[in-house]
This record gives sequence, C-alpha cells and structure tokens, in this order.
Amino acid sequence: MTTPPGLTAAVFDDALREIRAAVGDEWVFTTPADTALYRDAYSLFWDEPEERLASAAVAPATVEQVQAVTRACNARGVPLYPISTGRNLGYGGSAPAYSGSVVLDLKRMDRVIEVDERNGSCIVEPGVSYFDMYRHLQSRGSRLWIDVPDPGWGSMIGNALDFGGGYTANPYRNHFEAHCGMEVVLADGEILRTGMGALPGAQTWQQYRYGFGPYLDGLFKQSTLGITTKMGFWLFPQPEAYFTASINLPRYDDLPMLVDTIGELENANIFNGMPGISSPVLFRGGKNPLDFPEIPEGAEMDRLARETGLPCWSARLTFYGPEQVIRAQWAYAKSRFPTASFTEHALVKLPLSPADMERIHKPSFGIPSLEMFAMGARSAHNPNPTDGHFWFSPIIPRTGEGFIAANRIIRQTCQRLDIPVLLFSPPVSSWWRAFILVMAIPVHKDPARNQHLRAAVKELIRVCADHGWGEYRTAPAFHDAVMDTYSYNNHIVRRVNERIKDALDPNGILSVGRYGVWPKRLREQGGRK
Amino acid sequence: MRVLTLIAALAMATPATAATERPAPRPDPAKGAAVFAKWCAPCHAPGMRHPGTAALAAKYNGQLPPELERRSDLTPDMVALYVRAGISLMAPFRKTEISDPQLADLGAYLSPRPHAKGARK
Repeated sequence: MTTPPGLTAAVFDDALREIRAAVGDEWVFTTPADTALYRDAYSLFWDEPEERLASAAVAPATVEQVQAVTRACNARGVPLYPISTGRNLGYGGSAPAYSGSVVLDLKRMDRVIEVDERNGSCIVEPGVSYFDMYRHLQSRGSRLWIDVPDPGWGSMIGNALDFGGGYTANPYRNHFEAHCGMEVVLADGEILRTGMGALPGAQTWQQYRYGFGPYLDGLFKQSTLGITTKMGFWLFPQPEAYFTASINLPRYDDLPMLVDTIGELENANIFNGMPGISSPVLFRGGKNPLDFPEIPEGAEMDRLARETGLPCWSARLTFYGPEQVIRAQWAYAKSRFPTASFTEHALVKLPLSPADMERIHKPSFGIPSLEMFAMGARSAHNPNPTDGHFWFSPIIPRTGEGFIAANRIIRQTCQRLDIPVLLFSPPVSSWWRAFILVMAIPVHKDPARNQHLRAAVKELIRVCADHGWGEYRTAPAFHDAVMDTYSYNNHIVRRVNERIKDALDPNGILSVGRYGVWPKRLREQGGRK
Repeated sequence: MRVLTLIAALAMATPATAATERPAPRPDPAKGAAVFAKWCAPCHAPGMRHPGTAALAAKYNGQLPPELERRSDLTPDMVALYVRAGISLMAPFRKTEISDPQLADLGAYLSPRPHAKGARK
C-alpha cells in the first residue's frame, strides 16, 4: 500500500481505521491487486512514473458513510477523489487526477430515489448508470425517456457533472442543463442541497432550479468542491414520432447560409433534435461519416461537386414530437431553402418495434448501448486494436466559416504533429447554440508513443487556443494545459476557482488537481503541473 | 507482468478468504447468468453490433465461437483474469461492479458444465 504524498504512514493508517469503522472492512481496498482495479485503463501515463494511482479505495453505501469518510480525510489532509461508476473512459476512468489520492468509489450508491411521472423527473444516486435507469423505467412501464451518451455504462450524475451530452431533444441532451437540484457533501462533511432543496418541505426540488440568491449548482460542474450524492433530472416524455430529413446545397459558398439558417430554425424551436452537417461530395463512396476529411479549397470542392453531381453540403434536421407537428415544422424548414434539394428518411412511430430496434442508433432514442466501443476495437477491418482512446473537443464558432477554418487547421496540425485520429467529427451540436469539433485519439500501453502524444496534444491545444478554440473537457493529462488557455485577465478564471477552493476546502482534500484547480498547499509547493 | 501478478493475487485470495471467513458459497451458474446479462451482454451478446462479439469474431476467425456463451474452453480462472485485468479496449471491472462471489458465479456460468449441457444458450 502506498501512502498519500505529505502524510506519514501512521496518519494514513489512522484515517483508514476510521474509514473502515464507517463503511466496513469489505469496502476498503488497500492491496495492490485491488487498487490496480482503479488504474485508468486508457491512461496516457500507463506504466510511467507520472501515472496517477490510487493509494486506496473506499466504497460507501450511504450519504452518512460519505460524510464519515470525508470527515476522516479532512481531519488529516488525506486527498479524496470521488468517482461515480468509474467509466469515464477517455477522461480519466476510475483513477484520481492526483497520485496517492484515496478513490471514493460511489458505485454502491445506486438507488433510484424517485421517478415522478407527472413531473417528468427523477432523483438518483451517483452509482445509477444509464443502463440501470433504462431498466428501471422499462420495468415500471414508464412513458419517460432518459437521454444517454454513447457509452451507456456511465453514471447519470457523473456524466452530467463532467458535462457529457447525448442525442435526443434539446434541452435533455445537455445532461447538466437537464438536471434540477443537487445534494452535495462538502469537504467538511456538511450536506448542501441546492435550489428548492434548501427549503424544508418544498415539493418543488425538481421543478425550479434556482432557489434564492446565487445559483450554486455551477460550482459543482467539472469541480473539486464537493461530492454529489443525489441529483434530480428532467426526463423526456416519449414523443409520438421521430423524423430526420436533410437539406442539400450544391455549392461550397452555401455553407455559411446553411449554418446560419438552421441555427435560426433551432433557436426558434422549429426542430428540437440534434442537427448535423455533412458533405455528400466529400463522403462519396461510403466513407466513414465520422472521419471528416480536410475540406478542400472552394474551387476544388465545386469542381468535385459538378463532376459527381453530389451536393457540397447537407444539413440533417431531427424532430421529436407528434407526427402532425413534425410535418408542419419540416414543411416550414424546407420553405427557408429555395435553392436546396431535400432527402427525407422514414418517420419512426414510437414506441419502437423490435425490427426498428435492430437498425436504429440507440442513443438517438434514449436507449443505452456500448456499440461505440467498436471504434478502435479489433474487427474484420482493423486487425490491430487500440488499448483505448481519449477525446479532444474544442468549442468552435457556430458558423460555416468557423467550421471550415477549424477543420483545416486542426487536420493540418494533427498531420504536422503526427497525431493519429480515430474519429474526426463534423460540427457537433450536443449543446444548444454551440458547435464542438470532436476528435478521438487512440491510446496504446506504450510509454514512448504516449510521451510523443502528450507533447503533441499540448501543442495542438496551444494552436487551437491561438485561434480562440478551447476544449470543453479533457483527459487528466491535459487539465492544466487546457486551463492555462482560459487566460483572460491573468488567468482570473483559475484564480477565482482557487479562491473558492481555498474557502470551501481549506485543507485541499477533494479531487486534487482536477480540471487544473489545485489547493493552496500544492500551489505553494509548485504542485501544479 | 501485471497479468502474472494478478493471477498470483487471485490464486492466493481464495484460500485466505476461505480460512478466515465463513466458507464461500458454491458458485451458482444461474446467478452468473444474471451477472452476464447485466455486465457482459452489452458488448458480448450475439450479433456483430456488439463490439466484444465483433472483436472475438475477427480474433478467432471461425476457430472459436465469437459469443462467450457458446464457448466450451473457458474456465473460471480465465474469466476472472479478463474481468479483473481487462484486454484491449475492455477496461477491468472493479469489485464494486462485479464482486468476487459474483465473479465466481460468472465463471461457473461461462465454464463448460457437462451435466448441464444445453442448459445454456
């Protein structure tokens, strides 16, 4: 067993004794075989001295046990790193961001506290995965949908707090925006309830998010400030139908108008599903739609379009709702594009038939799946599987010009820096009014490759920042590098985060180093990487 | 190296537990089926849309069935090794996800049981 940095073995043993008394011996893990299960399987530091490893792990079953563990750690300065289901692969998995932390494994807290069919909401604990919630809703014949990210084994709470997104209607596909009310254990063991949860007897915790005074929930997004033990979510009443259709435009110069107009339609709620941009001419011949090639110069793209007869651009709109309403919305959307051609896909009536289930993209219907792990896995087309991947996802302007610039510069930079790419997306609209460009980069358990990759991706982060593109979320290897780019007014965002950190967690025990926020004692020791 | 360490750890864990705690219950294949359905089927159920099944189809190229539930060569130790060490894209499963007794049940379910031939899909 290792000891957290800065602590004596006697102090750590004393903390573990108190923790065992609170949660039971069975749920405190200290042997090398057990703590190895908390390694980040997709780590960019695998088997290197910098790999972030747990000193121990503890798995409470109740909020009272979380409080007891937190108090034991706070009294002695033991770093404590909460995880929910531990499946945040590509963003750190079940490993701490700071080596030597005790991982607080919340998987055993897996109760669905409430599903309110009339209010269309739920309250869950952090160990509830999307699979768990889907099964729960199915078993009770609920008419409510969850919104799920690609991997369904993640935690509803963990994914929302890390700012994950899914595929169904706005606002449900922004998982943090779809939450309403939180319960958080602070570093001193006190319990905070946000929004209407602060008013004893209120029956509105999952109806009004904001309570009275400053809105505190944002403090716990990508945070080091607390341990979220309950969270309310708004759920999507199953719509009558699902429909997608594409707007096709012939010329390279059409893209800015296309993006502006679908943005206006989205802002006006003419469609509510996630829009998608593609290029029939660049994807001709059945190329992988998630591997967007570098966009050629306009004259070249127009020449290719003329020769093939394919449109330069297409935008796919997605609708969830009553069939009659969808038909009217689509008719209006078409009227806004007098020079376009249109491709309509079959309207899907809900609930899904067994035949539909076999052919649909499950997350678009709120159904959890692990199918996306086919990316990089061994297959008939890929004899050399990866050992994992991580994500690189800058926020780029929601304009045609912005997408073209980001596509070219990031593609060229990846080529220059020899960064391999498993997935290179079109502009993604998981979040209303924003475009993200999403890349998946393969990882291997090979220190030399990983060292190259770490240096190259730090350079890519700088290149993107020079253009005003910043990552919304990143793997722990790059938390500090990305936070460094959010530098307005001498890094005031980081400095304010540090002031709040020092006030709420003065001993600096929670989620040390996560998202580039370090407690005072480690800032003073130069702990920030 | 890590795999060897893990095998040693697994080998040592069972007798130590048996000596100091109440005797471990006999592994139950029926409970193991439920563990499989919850934790393994999302990747290893039949059909090439399941990435574990697709990966094993490519790996064994017809020499072994790609679906774990149709294999006749798996042993509880092999099952434990892959669950606790992971392989390729498959990350290990922690004891808070699949406990040691559940892992034993899963091993019993996925191992050949001549007396129960045909009981498994």
